[in-house]
Amino acid sequence: MTEHIVPIRVYAIIFVTLLTLTAATCVISFINLGRLNAVVALVIAFSKALLVALFFMHLRYSRRLMQLVVVAGLFWLGIMISLTMTDFLTRGWLTYR
Amino acid sequence: MWVFLVTEIMFFGALFTSYIVYRSLHSFAFAEASRQLDITLGTINTAVLISSSFTMATAVYYAQTGKKRMIIVFLALTILLGLVFIGIKVYEYYQKYVEHFVPGSSFSFPAPYAREAEMFFTLYFAMTGLHALHMIVGVGLLTWLVIFAERGRFTPAYHSPVELTGLYWHFVDIIWIFLYPLLYLIGRHLE
Repeated sequence: MTEHIVPIRVYAIIFVTLLTLTAATCVISFINLGRLNAVVALVIAFSKALLVALFFMHLRYSRRLMQLVVVAGLFWLGIMISLTMTDFLTRGWLTYR
Repeated sequence: MWVFLVTEIMFFGALFTSYIVYRSLHSFAFAEASRQLDITLGTINTAVLISSSFTMATAVYYAQTGKKRMIIVFLALTILLGLVFIGIKVYEYYQKYVEHFVPGSSFSFPAPYAREAEMFFTLYFAMTGLHALHMIVGVGLLTWLVIFAERGRFTPAYHSPVELTGLYWHFVDIIWIFLYPLLYLIGRHLE
């Protein structure tokens, strides 16, 4: 199997971006944005995770099957979280009848 | 390896799910408890772990290009950063112990919602503890890699162990990338 060798320059760019995003999320957390604080923090976390997965973990250069495995894993996690939350968030509804 | 990592997603995913459930039920207590964490140490640890991911990726690069010295140098750097992370984490645990934030009979919380705050710290210790356990396993794997690299086992044609350990290490990094905002950051302004 031929493999893609990612140059260190790319790793360095990703590394600096990740550190910048970490600093940004830390600074933003001190500003009161109300509910948006959680949204911003999670968007930054997802971006960082994506950068790590795509470049450090070579997912960008991997075969489709590998990418599918990861997406499937996250999809099942999504099912677990959303079904759990549809239960917990709707329990209160019954008492209002 | 990826399939193993997907099982790990579900392993940590259960904890993330319970975190989401309890945070949605007791968001104010969670915010109050979250403010007791040391954000400086959390941020430093995030930077340390990201740096270790960078040195790990670089080690994989040198394994692919077959530079034995550099593989060992960057694996050793990764181990060092991993140990720094664990060290800071141990210090944080010690602080929490001194402040009586370890769940159990000695737990005490100065604000209202003490029971709910205890739930936050239970999840805090479970999630960071499981993460730290993964770090310790990772450091063990890296040590094993250094020994094999020293014996010249890794060549451009054969270096899967380095690459797969790299995948594991980056995965553990990603878990922390989510733990950091969830545990340290997003409760700062919720009143």
